[in-house]
Amino acid sequence: MLEVKNLSVGIKTDRIKTILYNINLSVGPGEVHAIMGPNGSGKTSLLYGIMGHPKYIVLNGQVLLDGEDITALSPEKKSLRGLFISFQHPVEIEGVRLSTLLIAARNKRMGENDLLKISDARIIRDMRHLATRVGLKPEFLRRDVNLGFSGGERKRSELMQALYLKPKYMLLDEPDTGLDVDSVKVIAENISEAVNDGVGVLLVTHYSRILKYVNPDKVSVIVNGRVVDTGGPELADYIDREGYKKYGVIEVD
Amino acid sequence: MTEAVKATNIEEILRYTSIDELYGWEWEYSKEIEIRGKITRDVIEEISRVKKEPEWMLRLRLKALDLFYKLPMPRWLTGIEEIDLEELASYVKPKVERTQEWTDLPDEIRKAYEKLGIPEIEARFLSGLTAVYGSETVYSKMKEKLEGLGVIIMPMEDAVKKYPDLLKRYFARIFPPSDHKFSALHVALWSGGAFVYVPKGVKIEQPIEAFFFIGGSLEGQFEHTLVVADEGSYVHFIEGCSAPLLKRYSFHDGMVELYAARNAHIKFTTLQNWSRDIINFNNKRGIAKEGAIIEWTEGSIGSKITYTYPSTILAGEGAKTSNIVIGLSNGPYLKDTGSKAIHAAPNTASRIVSKSISNNGGINIYRGLVRINKGAYNSIANVECDSLILDDSSMAYTYPHNQIEEPTATVSHEAKTGRLSEDQLFYLASRGLSEGEAKSLIVIGMLKEILSDLPLEFVSILNRVIQLEFSEVGGVG
Repeated sequence: MLEVKNLSVGIKTDRIKTILYNINLSVGPGEVHAIMGPNGSGKTSLLYGIMGHPKYIVLNGQVLLDGEDITALSPEKKSLRGLFISFQHPVEIEGVRLSTLLIAARNKRMGENDLLKISDARIIRDMRHLATRVGLKPEFLRRDVNLGFSGGERKRSELMQALYLKPKYMLLDEPDTGLDVDSVKVIAENISEAVNDGVGVLLVTHYSRILKYVNPDKVSVIVNGRVVDTGGPELADYIDREGYKKYGVIEVD
Repeated sequence: MTEAVKATNIEEILRYTSIDELYGWEWEYSKEIEIRGKITRDVIEEISRVKKEPEWMLRLRLKALDLFYKLPMPRWLTGIEEIDLEELASYVKPKVERTQEWTDLPDEIRKAYEKLGIPEIEARFLSGLTAVYGSETVYSKMKEKLEGLGVIIMPMEDAVKKYPDLLKRYFARIFPPSDHKFSALHVALWSGGAFVYVPKGVKIEQPIEAFFFIGGSLEGQFEHTLVVADEGSYVHFIEGCSAPLLKRYSFHDGMVELYAARNAHIKFTTLQNWSRDIINFNNKRGIAKEGAIIEWTEGSIGSKITYTYPSTILAGEGAKTSNIVIGLSNGPYLKDTGSKAIHAAPNTASRIVSKSISNNGGINIYRGLVRINKGAYNSIANVECDSLILDDSSMAYTYPHNQIEEPTATVSHEAKTGRLSEDQLFYLASRGLSEGEAKSLIVIGMLKEILSDLPLEFVSILNRVIQLEFSEVGGVG
């Protein structure tokens, strides 16, 4: 179980500005908890706060992984404990190939000294296979991470990394925005498959489109840094019809 | 072979968990001759006598010594004042006979090479190997199949005696002692190194390597490499260097001269991994004749201070050069690197690529010169400087300089400075990598360009060295 208890998060600029207030939510193995909310409501900040982005300071509350307080662990340690974050707008890392990153991340998890060691030809084969499964041409493995990738390619790369590293919990930040319907289905199928294998997913999404293909067990709505509503899949359907009006938010497309 | 220094294979090297495991602290080795103190005419004569040199070489040394005392200290050098030449040994001959069999070497000497897997790499990938310890070549071997082709790979001392005509034509002619104080010092004191001659039309597939090891504190190493590639030939020469941790500093002042005759192609790769106690000065220059190609690639990783500017004179029509220097300054160290491309003939092309990585207080300096002489019609020169600064305490400077006398020339310069952002580090951390690991991946990525032509085993070892360089445990002090 991944639990967020009374979590308040501030963003560090020249001072610290509180952006999330007393967030409570949880996701268990094999569950999907959708986090919905209008733009700027704090959905991404929540994922950053959980993962430990250096600019996002936990002011209060806890993040518990299977009962253990991991709030203060570094992002590196959280990753190794089984958390994975996929970014809405992932940065480019010039000089590091996607395959190199994955080999290094895998070796780190295996306790291998040499991060670049390719101990087995299957490693590359598995990677190519996974890339194809999420609709990313295997050639992308040889390109620098996200460098010159289109929006859609970035989404696929993020998901592919999530699947490859086999985390316990995935924090997915809008994994479908900018994709066409067929691509959304592919992304959703892969997420659902991971969920069936026991992965817990915190799925951040503005629109409920992806939730037609990935069934959420729980839905929480965040507005202005606070959880304002919690429910089951029906809450996502409601937002799909009515938007966020009920919470005092009128969005103009 | 004793248990203590049984051959280290590459697999074992890749398992090292700290850079200290490579060599650790300096160890004792037996010396037959050691000359210290003020560098006088007597010292030069003594070195020449020990080497049983012909008269012409002694005269060249003495002329260079004269220049050394006359020439001023180069104004552009920073940090060189740390060297007290009178404190250094100007010549150190280990007590060992030069051999073609690793097993002939005493353990204390052999382990300098085995710790980096050199004998294994030699057996599998190299056409020939010259191993220098202190001031002397202790091992030199060429694979048999090259002998029938007329290829020469031999210790420089032997070449001086055996091929005086060739040597008089090129030795200290491509890079004359009169250039500056340290080229003069080098020519006066040179010892050890390799001479390579590749006959017309011969293309040597597997690379040749020279590996230089400094075994102790307060030693000077002045090895000399000369590669002459005759018309239409090809050779890839790799030089590597390393040293253990030293109690005091040591000084390296080597020279490399390349001569590529018409349509010849020389690739010269340097993997510099001196320990943090070496002040490393290099004198590297090549001449490319008509249609010839000279490619320098240098990965400058170790040392306290490094000065290296591999340069090419494009002396024949259509000659080309590519000079890639990658400097890593991780810690309070300085890499003063760069390149010169002198276009002295029409339709010549040069590409200078400088990549630097500064971290943890490190400083990188690029100095470059592109000169296009009048009459070098339609020549093309391209300079790229790419500086990556990994934290706020580190710095990079670039001083490009162009002298263009030919209006038909095309010269371009691109410079960019990158920093590793918090978001990039967070991204890599979120994949489970520490800051040091993230940085090592980025540095290895920057080295790609020099690694592409090397045997995979070299690449693996170099990758491992970079990872250890950035690891939080151990690391060089």
